[in-house]
Amino acid sequence: MVKIGVFICHCGTNIGGVVDIDELVEFSSRLDDVVFATDYKYMCSDPGARVIKEAIEEHELTRVVVTSCSPRMHEPTFQSVIEDAGLNRFCLEMANIREHCSWVHKDKKEEATQKAKELVAMAVRKSKTLEPLKSFQKEVVHDALVIGAGIAGIQASLDLAEAGKKVYLVEREPSIGGRMAQLDKTFPTLDCSSCILTPKMMDVARHPNIELLTYSEVTEVDGSVGDFDVKVKRKPAYVDWDKCNGCGECAQVCRMKGRVEDEFNEGLGKRSAIYVPFQQAVPLKYTIDPNKCLMLLSGRCGESPPCQDVCELGAIDYEQEEEMMELNVGSIIVATGYDMMDPNGMYEYGYDHSPDIITNLEFERLISSSGPTSGEIRRISDGEEVKSVSFILCVGSRDQDLQEYCCRIGCMSALKHAYLLRDHLGDEVDLNICYTDIRSFGKGYEEFYRRIRDGNTTLIRGRPSEINVEKDGSINFNVFDTMTQKLLQVNSDLVVLVPALVPRKDSGELSQILRISEGTDGFFLESHPKLKPADTATDGVFIAGCCQGPKDIPDAVAQASGAASKAMGIISREELESDPMIAWVDEDICVGCGVCIDVCPYSARELNEVTGIAEVDEILCTGCGGCIAACPSNACIHKNMTKQQILRMIDEVI
Amino acid sequence: MSENDKTKEDFEPKVVGFLCNWCSYAGADLAGTSRIQYPPNIRVIRVMCSGSVDSVYVNRALIEGADAVLIGGCHPGDCHYLNGNYKARRKMVLMKNILTTLGMEPERVWLRWISASEGQKFADTVKEIVEETKKLGPNPMKERWNI
Repeated sequence: MVKIGVFICHCGTNIGGVVDIDELVEFSSRLDDVVFATDYKYMCSDPGARVIKEAIEEHELTRVVVTSCSPRMHEPTFQSVIEDAGLNRFCLEMANIREHCSWVHKDKKEEATQKAKELVAMAVRKSKTLEPLKSFQKEVVHDALVIGAGIAGIQASLDLAEAGKKVYLVEREPSIGGRMAQLDKTFPTLDCSSCILTPKMMDVARHPNIELLTYSEVTEVDGSVGDFDVKVKRKPAYVDWDKCNGCGECAQVCRMKGRVEDEFNEGLGKRSAIYVPFQQAVPLKYTIDPNKCLMLLSGRCGESPPCQDVCELGAIDYEQEEEMMELNVGSIIVATGYDMMDPNGMYEYGYDHSPDIITNLEFERLISSSGPTSGEIRRISDGEEVKSVSFILCVGSRDQDLQEYCCRIGCMSALKHAYLLRDHLGDEVDLNICYTDIRSFGKGYEEFYRRIRDGNTTLIRGRPSEINVEKDGSINFNVFDTMTQKLLQVNSDLVVLVPALVPRKDSGELSQILRISEGTDGFFLESHPKLKPADTATDGVFIAGCCQGPKDIPDAVAQASGAASKAMGIISREELESDPMIAWVDEDICVGCGVCIDVCPYSARELNEVTGIAEVDEILCTGCGGCIAACPSNACIHKNMTKQQILRMIDEVI
Repeated sequence: MSENDKTKEDFEPKVVGFLCNWCSYAGADLAGTSRIQYPPNIRVIRVMCSGSVDSVYVNRALIEGADAVLIGGCHPGDCHYLNGNYKARRKMVLMKNILTTLGMEPERVWLRWISASEGQKFADTVKEIVEETKKLGPNPMKERWNI
């Protein structure tokens, strides 16, 4: 006989403040087959769990209905609780009266109580026919994949490799390093960015457990947690990397030398068609840009291509083709970083009106000693001396029409640049920072801000409405300082815009490949904003760094290590428990029509050659329920989510 | 005001929602965590995927007298199970045709893509369904014994 216990959580006042708990307990206790109903302040707490366990023993409960928050939050918690008390963990049903009721009907207490009653009745009705299920074990692949080799991807890979796991690190650019490699110094300690990054890049290159796949992209992901099949496209570099020793002779003789826009220098410098992104690149192997190389574009390059002539190792190979590589991994970490918003979308800032209006990333390259000017700050338009520089913060950030969120690095990057400029150009240079609010929240950030504030940098609280470029190339703008209530006119030799950080322009494609979600801002969505910041909706896939949202280097590194330890939690196991809430076929009903086989996206269904009846591959089935809805003879059954159960829930509503 | 008009304006529609676990149910959860208020007319049944919503669920709800039915799935291309939402879409197109043939009102069936980050959209959807259903009036199937 079914004996159901109903446990109603107050969740402090979250539920109890809206729903009439006493009435709900009274109502629940009168439902069919309910032998016990009670309430508790916090059901998920230890004493709450004890309430459930004691009731299971005392009343010999066979099914448990917990009426509290979303099952997406606490289903595993309560499953463990009833398992401790000797029940099968799948004999639990939850009614969500917090997220779906008390929190969204705060001012309608009567209606909310009525709704809660119906939700409980639905859950009780379903729980009657819940079946005890048994999880089965599946083997785990012990290797991991990391996508993106910026600082977050590098950190995650090193953590996993150090723990003894094999890591495939995929990077689409010819070198690892990401955005951090482009930076000159890092705030607030003013460490040289390369000096702290390059050793880590070398560690990646040298580590026996890391297989580095640069100039490659992930194109397909199949399978599930513990056992993903991944396809990686290896783009042709047109250089045999086994032979190339990175001497760079080829780039010196390339006919396109000094004619190709250099992406690494944000377009401020020029490179050849055969290139390495920067001199500390890992791996230090040359790549031919297929969109710029004359030989690849037109089939000829003078008498004979000079790069091929000069390369004594014979590494140049114009015939090289794209290769597909198949990997098998247990867990995936995504660390694909961010794009800088194109300030051209904001006409008023005149980004394309003058070469002297640049972004802060361009400024990083300008001030970097490895940059196109070797760190010398000169006006870009005419090479004249720079006497005044203005920084405009929040370009596109904290703007309801563009990006609503804060970029989290803009303030500190401008303060850092102000410090560096003072260092490079002395006391004469006139520095202005136009800000909205200075957000210096990190460790040591406020102290750094104070150093700049106490110096002679002008901090203006306001955004210029328009930046004017005069005919002679000079730049000026008006800005209303809301602190002094004065309209200021500013002339500047150089204007540095600090644009919003936005998701990678093709992050949507990757989210579809990995079946992870994106937030409304377009960044990858974490499972829980506080408690699962590195998890995604897909088990076994984790996110780290700016692909989840803007963050500074310390936060990106911390999240990367977090993601790595979550991934370790999977790949260090021998076996994983597989969800038993999958499809099942009633052999007495199935006629072997094969509709389910066409419908199944995971090839988990096939017809038994002997019996002619459809079968379910328990390892491949993910329990989506597509075949259940498709089966014309009602032979497919979704365990603990059966048609009968759902129809009964519907009946309970009406 | 005639008797008929009165029922139309005063009645509170009953909406049955089938939300997929990965996107729409999470979206509804987010509406909760963000405390976005919406009418208390919807009763949500969690399903793993919008593609697992059998036509019989929708039919049963309507025949039993539900005033509207919502099927919520992941956005096209974002389905957790690759293509379940496309299956839901195909099924709903067919179903609406059949409902029309049977003389039932296909406007009572709603299919919406709501992602895990669209709490506001979920709340707006419920508001919209309730408003539109009020205009339609109660589901006549509810009073079948009086016909």
